[in-house]
Amino acid sequence: MSSSTHTSTISSGSLPSRRNTELLMLIFAVAIPIFAYINVGLAKEGTVPAGVFGYAAGLGCLAAVAHLVVRKFAPYADPLMLPLATLLNGMGLVLMWRLDLEPSLGSTKAAPTQLMWSTLGLALFVAVLVFLKDHRVLQRYTYISMMVALVLLIMPIVPGIGHSVYGARIWIQIPGVGTLQPGEFAKIVIAIFFAGYLMVKRDALALASRRFMGLYLPRGRDLGPILVIWAMSLMILVFETDLGTSLLFFGLFVIMLYVATERTSWIVFGLTLAIVGAVVVGSFEPHVHSRVEDWLDPMKTVRETGNADQPAQAMWAFGSGGVLGSGLGQGFSRLIGFAAKSDYIFATIGEELGLAGSMAIILVYGLLVQRGIRTALAARDPFGKLLAVGLAGALGLQVFVVIGGVTGLIPLTGQALPFIAQGGSSVIANWALVAILLRISDTARRPAPAPAPSPDAEMTQVVRTS
Amino acid sequence: MNKPLRRVAIFCGLLVMALLVRVNWVQFVQADELRTDDKNRRVSIERYSQPRGNIIVDGKPITGSTKTTDSDFEYKRTYTDGPMWSPVTGYASQAFGANQLEKLNDGILTGTDDRLFFNRTIDMLTGKDQQGGDVVTSLDAKAQKAAFEGLGNRKGAVVALDPSTGAIKALASTPSYDPSEFSGNSEKDSERWTKLNKDKDKPMLNRALKESYPPGSTFKVVTSAAALESGKIDDINAKTNSPDPFKLPLSSDTLGNDGNHPCENASLKVALQWSCNTVYANLSNQIGNEEMRNYAAKFGFNDAEVDTPVRAAESLYPEMDKPQNAMGGIGQASVTATPLQMAMVASSVANDGKLMKPYMVEELRAPNLNVVEQADPEEYGEPMSEDHARDLQDMMENVVSAGTGTNARIPGMTVGGKTGTAQHGENNKLNPYAWFISYAKDSDGKKVAVAVVIESDQAANRDDISGGGLAAPIAKSVMQAVLGK
Repeated sequence: MSSSTHTSTISSGSLPSRRNTELLMLIFAVAIPIFAYINVGLAKEGTVPAGVFGYAAGLGCLAAVAHLVVRKFAPYADPLMLPLATLLNGMGLVLMWRLDLEPSLGSTKAAPTQLMWSTLGLALFVAVLVFLKDHRVLQRYTYISMMVALVLLIMPIVPGIGHSVYGARIWIQIPGVGTLQPGEFAKIVIAIFFAGYLMVKRDALALASRRFMGLYLPRGRDLGPILVIWAMSLMILVFETDLGTSLLFFGLFVIMLYVATERTSWIVFGLTLAIVGAVVVGSFEPHVHSRVEDWLDPMKTVRETGNADQPAQAMWAFGSGGVLGSGLGQGFSRLIGFAAKSDYIFATIGEELGLAGSMAIILVYGLLVQRGIRTALAARDPFGKLLAVGLAGALGLQVFVVIGGVTGLIPLTGQALPFIAQGGSSVIANWALVAILLRISDTARRPAPAPAPSPDAEMTQVVRTS
Repeated sequence: MNKPLRRVAIFCGLLVMALLVRVNWVQFVQADELRTDDKNRRVSIERYSQPRGNIIVDGKPITGSTKTTDSDFEYKRTYTDGPMWSPVTGYASQAFGANQLEKLNDGILTGTDDRLFFNRTIDMLTGKDQQGGDVVTSLDAKAQKAAFEGLGNRKGAVVALDPSTGAIKALASTPSYDPSEFSGNSEKDSERWTKLNKDKDKPMLNRALKESYPPGSTFKVVTSAAALESGKIDDINAKTNSPDPFKLPLSSDTLGNDGNHPCENASLKVALQWSCNTVYANLSNQIGNEEMRNYAAKFGFNDAEVDTPVRAAESLYPEMDKPQNAMGGIGQASVTATPLQMAMVASSVANDGKLMKPYMVEELRAPNLNVVEQADPEEYGEPMSEDHARDLQDMMENVVSAGTGTNARIPGMTVGGKTGTAQHGENNKLNPYAWFISYAKDSDGKKVAVAVVIESDQAANRDDISGGGLAAPIAKSVMQAVLGK
């Protein structure tokens, strides 16, 4: 905390609210998906799509409401996060609609549902900003958060409500509503728990240590929590066969632990545990093992059986897109099959928008994460710092495992690409995540309240008035 | 807490950087390899997204394209008179790939060939779809029709060449198949493909180029050339020292002749006229295996790369022991030849000893009709001198006018030929192959050379199977078709 004065852009003095910057950016963030929408219509049907006004009005209204709420309830919040999230969500809707036009992907239309989820997500965004006046309130719920996180993570393996889709048990079935991915919400709740827990324990974890080979090793009893978290993430991996959540969960903890304690040894220790866990499970658990095999050689199945599976199809989609892409609506990412709208949506971006488009989307995510970490730097309280870096880190890790998985950089994990991939849980949870980050940044940048008027001053005034 | 926060920020930056590097790797460095991967369905979708260029005979396309609705491939191939032309075109199927001309000229036909780069660029700038070019063949529709109809229901093949250029005029194979039947991607196409491939009559086999048969007595033309070239015979009318029957060297077996002809000590001309086995086995024995191989090779035997541009099967005159080599001189033992090979033999005789390289693509044309590539007739070699070629013409014309090949006579034309009836199977139990190779010249000096082979069916009377009886009439009608009489 000693270096907080170096965050030069943030000071306790009066700052411009930058809401007008946000509005301008928001106009771009709405215009780009609208042009993309028209582009798809022109490419697929040769005409400007009939739904363009409805789509433009819908997206415009959502963005306008979000903007007005931020203006009213979080006037000093970061000006870029809302436009970035809106852009991603808008592009996600366009891609849903574009893939809906492929009959081979089934007759279920994803775009209307996704629009509904986006609306719900924005409603939650508004609710968070309106009702959460100060993020420090969340600190009170540290241990409740832990319980909620545990329940959310365990739910998918409970018989009856747990629901396995293509080998990963990360879903729960809610009768009448559909399926839900509790892991998406767990991400936020866990960040709250870690922030609260580490804020209290950080001194113990940071100071009590022994020096060994140039590293400060934590005491045995302080190893407890990290080992528990490690064991839990391994259990998620083994019982829910969900590499993504497990990685996210553990990575989040290591990052937050490092930020709280400022001790590099925790990173070394965490990485070691992660590697040991990953190697062991990757070698013995069949579902994860097959993912690793696919990663090492995506074309193996093609060569051996002649049938192309999804990793190979995704690689071809990226390669066929090349530098400039085929143009929206003109690619063949439908060849990927059933997961084209969810896990593999980034392949459609790669093929139709090309290297240029995929780099742009990655950079948009990068910017969003960067704004989150900047919020953490600016925050004045340790809880806010930890929570902000936790949420931003979770977002960053998730984007990395998803895009890294689809492009073959790391084994595929089956997480949703935030804001873009099909799936209600992801959209709703990520809007809430952005709302919390906005709340923290608003608190951080808000001018300090004017000092209470002193009796002397009042006197003077009285005299002057009389 | 800000120091670790900055490090976390750098870490997240590294993650983003890793992703950027990875997408650059996949979409830029590896892009071409992935985009053009055979298994990448986009390659096929692209290939069938516009009408394919055509294969042209006598100025008319023998192929076409039609829109389909049963798959994501927009156009599929159609063929006019598919069974007649399939030995030339091959097939181009959405499900099963392509072969022969369809495959070898795929770049021109789909428009992706490098030589069409300029056209493509113009099309791209003017917003037109990519177009395919055409493949113009050297074939002669009338000759092809005569060949195909002449073969009829029998199994066999016909090849006709222009001896002066090597241009292929007819290339027929029966039984045949219609490549239209499986050019699509549906269940029906798939059933048809499986059925054709399982058919024991092998309709998908291009017998004219890809099947090699024992050439039988037609090979005696090659042995004659070897005898003349090696100097074993100076005068085709002089008596030879040939016992009848001929005792095979290093063996107690003897070889006789069919029919009652004056074969003992017969001159080369008489020996060819009556197809005397004894004379030719004796000659081959005198010339020896190594020399026989050399002379045969000059006609194209033992060459694995006879490309028309469709590659023909290799015709063989292998290394053999003495008795085998003697039998090789009459086109038996392990000697095999494709119909194309035997047409090349006839053509070199007709062309005064010069053998032209056979070809069937006259030109490749860009969509705007510009010629991309023009055939340039090449000499394959000179298997015999001009004098010896004239001797052989004398001998082969004698066969048609007064010997075993009288069925091929055409009024007003000079015709030379040689019949063959090749034994095969263990102890020659299977029905023999009927061969006829010939050439014709009209008064203007226009020439054609033909080879016909017919695999007999089981029902045929064994005695009827003779090159002169079955194959010569087909050769005659093909020669007439080419020379326009």
